Amino acid sequence: MIDRVSNQKAWFMVLPVILLVAFNAIIPLMTVVNYSVQETFGNNVFFWEGMKWFEEVLRSERFHASLGRQVLFSFTILIIEVPLGILVALNMPRQGIGVSICLVLMALPLLIPWNVVGAMWNIFALPDIGLLGRAINGMGVEYNFTQNPVSAWLTVVAMDVWHWTSLVVLLSYAGLCAIPDPYYQAAKIDGAGRWQIFRHIELPKLKRVLTIAILLRFMDSFMIYTEPFVLTGGGPGNTTTFLSIDLVKIALGQFDLGPAAAMSLIYFLIVLLLCWVFYTLMMRSESNAS
Amino acid sequence: MAEITLKEIRHSYQSNATAPGDFVIRGVDITWREGGAYALLGPSGCGKTTLLNIISGLLRPTEGAVLFNGIDVTAQDPVTRDIAQIFQFPVIYDTMSVYGNLAFPLVNRGVAREEVDRRVKEVAGMLDLSEMLDQRAVGLTADNKQKISLGRGLVRSDVNVIMFDEPLTVIDPHLKWKLRSELKRLHQRVGFTMIYVTHDQTEALTFADEVVVMHDGDVVQVGTPKDLFDRPEHTFVGHFIGSPGMNLMPCQIVDGKPVVGRSVIPVNRSFADHEKCSGLVLGIRPECIQLDPEGFQVSITRIDDVGHYCIVRAEFEDQALQIFVKEGERIPSENLRIRFDRSSIQIYKDGWIVDGGTPR
Amino acid sequence: MKTKSNVIVTVYIVFLMLPIYWLLNMSFKTTNEILGTFSLWPKEFTFENYIKIFTDPTWYNGYINSLAYVSINTVLSVAVALPAAYAFSRYRFLGDKHLFFWLLTNRMAPPAVFALPFFQLYSAIGLFDTHIAVALSHCLFNIPLAVWILEGFMSGIPKELDETAYIDGHSFWRFFLKIFVPTISAGIGVTAFFCFMFSWVEMLLAKSLTAVAAKPIAATMTRTASTAGYELGLLAAAGALTIIPGAIVIYFVRNYIAKGFALGRV
Repeated sequence: MIDRVSNQKAWFMVLPVILLVAFNAIIPLMTVVNYSVQETFGNNVFFWEGMKWFEEVLRSERFHASLGRQVLFSFTILIIEVPLGILVALNMPRQGIGVSICLVLMALPLLIPWNVVGAMWNIFALPDIGLLGRAINGMGVEYNFTQNPVSAWLTVVAMDVWHWTSLVVLLSYAGLCAIPDPYYQAAKIDGAGRWQIFRHIELPKLKRVLTIAILLRFMDSFMIYTEPFVLTGGGPGNTTTFLSIDLVKIALGQFDLGPAAAMSLIYFLIVLLLCWVFYTLMMRSESNAS
Repeated sequence: MAEITLKEIRHSYQSNATAPGDFVIRGVDITWREGGAYALLGPSGCGKTTLLNIISGLLRPTEGAVLFNGIDVTAQDPVTRDIAQIFQFPVIYDTMSVYGNLAFPLVNRGVAREEVDRRVKEVAGMLDLSEMLDQRAVGLTADNKQKISLGRGLVRSDVNVIMFDEPLTVIDPHLKWKLRSELKRLHQRVGFTMIYVTHDQTEALTFADEVVVMHDGDVVQVGTPKDLFDRPEHTFVGHFIGSPGMNLMPCQIVDGKPVVGRSVIPVNRSFADHEKCSGLVLGIRPECIQLDPEGFQVSITRIDDVGHYCIVRAEFEDQALQIFVKEGERIPSENLRIRFDRSSIQIYKDGWIVDGGTPR
Repeated sequence: MKTKSNVIVTVYIVFLMLPIYWLLNMSFKTTNEILGTFSLWPKEFTFENYIKIFTDPTWYNGYINSLAYVSINTVLSVAVALPAAYAFSRYRFLGDKHLFFWLLTNRMAPPAVFALPFFQLYSAIGLFDTHIAVALSHCLFNIPLAVWILEGFMSGIPKELDETAYIDGHSFWRFFLKIFVPTISAGIGVTAFFCFMFSWVEMLLAKSLTAVAAKPIAATMTRTASTAGYELGLLAAAGALTIIPGAIVIYFVRNYIAKGFALGRV
């Protein structure tokens, strides 16, 4: 843990960042907050409603259901993507032509626009005309994501793992490459085995980078919209209707701006709370070290 | 402990090296005696770290052999060579306490717990770390962390050589000298062969019994600090050692005597006439130039007062010269006359020292 | 040991390439064939999707527009994040922990909610339909990302390195640019790539803030969702083509990412 020097002038170094981000954040946020506490019957006429929308949302069963699905989804993909990402990063070559090949190929899924990701997986997984769908059904397993909730879930999870694991891989790989050679050399001289090198050198040094990776994946998966929407539309029925999808349905489908805005804020606060808890835990474990 | 011999070591980081320029190490033959305290001195990029890594086994040389006590270990990895290496910045295991760090090399080698405990406590005592054994290593200051690195080398009783790669780089300046003297004391107490790589001549000259000077992939001189100072065998050594280094001036040999410009320099021996050719350089240290009212005339460019003495920068026969003048000696503002100490003059041809012939 | 590594990596890459192969497969088919039959390689191989893209000005202008604002945003985000990350990593100041966390909170709101307010904001300051507008708006999520990642890498460098540099006589900027930045090159490489990537794939704000002059591929791609359903072949071809700029970016930063940490002689 670095001993930081107290220096109030550091604010100048941070100022450009604050200005650019705050400009984009505060004003639009105010608008949303505004909506969340008002009622409208159209024609830009608003009535103050106070906490009514918040209560309504928090009590609604629909909200609880979406939230539950969302939590399950985020948890599932985190459990898969983080260990898998680290595993791949540990095994990637560090020099030679292999580096270029690996980095470029692994980056490709990240670069595809999310609606195309949804669309291509849609066709890919269809039981009659898609490679995946046909292959699985061909092996005797019953698979149809448009009708079967389990199939739908598996497909959505597989799509997310395919799409986003490379983010964890790239971050972990960069983190590993940033570990100076002398650490590995010293470990060699000390007679440490592979697992010990991972446990005592690589994992501690990757901690910060992994925190970022986990927080990013958690947030993005918790707010996921486009890919599952294009893939399953939230279905079959509402079995893959995650929070974002539900939110948009309410806001756009029914033009209920009030509840939608309230739901957005609650949504935001949940993400905020969970991230804050995780972040504090990570930071505390680091300061315990020093 | 071991005697280490390097035979005809050449190394290149490129796969198809042919030209001399491709090689980082260009031909090193040297023996490090058992129990010696050596410094490997040279500027950045001269190949010292490469050579160190070849000795430790972290690097396999492109050509040549490494022998420990006469046995060829070139193919062996660091663990089997029983070496210890301390790096430029502290390498410690974040997850463990100081005790854990020190015990790590022994635990990995399957040493019994009581023995581990004994050795760790012994080394901790030597290094003044006994009170910190239970603390997490990651929270300590840089100099203590380096001591832990050193400790991991010392706990192993079978260490053949301990190597230091510029270990004081990230240490606070006021702690550097403290750590340096501790290292010297440790060597006297433990007697391991130690090789200390640095680009700082003060570190090298204070730590080592013998200094190996490297320049551009070659070893240019091996000798005690005194040898290096009094009789540098290469212009690079003359220039690098000493602060400021040796004065070097192009010269000719006429009638067995060195001539700079139009001045004949008196010297305590004669040089063979067939050395009369180009590439000759005369070297004289600033400390070996005395003020002499009957000597050569030089014009003063600048005087720097450094406390106990002054460094006079002057011009002699169109060559720049630096002269040490002790405190108390009067420097005339103009018409400064000097003489060169006859026994301290060296002649170099193409960089290498030329031994003079008959003493006079 | 080496072969085990290679197997793991190869299996992973094959897993990644299968849907991409499928995407390419689709891009060379007509939409009818995609929806009508199952074929591992187009029965009627056609370039028409690609031709349509290359000849339609809205398409290739879309690429140029996207490249423009993404580049602006990437450079801006990394440049502004570097000093801020350094400050967070090396200094303590009033509110630093809260500020650091606040940055991340800006990535926590579902973007759908902000489309309209953003539109109103940027219209109000007269930046509607400009590259700058999209580049600036993407700062909302890219700058926090950049600051967090860079700070993570900077904290891995011992502070003693900074101090030794000062003692050796370097000025702050010379130290920062010549010594510090190269040692965190892995972090910078990966940050640049992620900023590029997240800005590149962001569609909602890019669409909301532009109309004609700065219209990005995002807008034109969603256009293919016509009332008759997706023009899948076209979408696939467009998707395949959007991969290329990002692939080039990561190819260029590969040496920054994979460079072994060489603690240079200070």
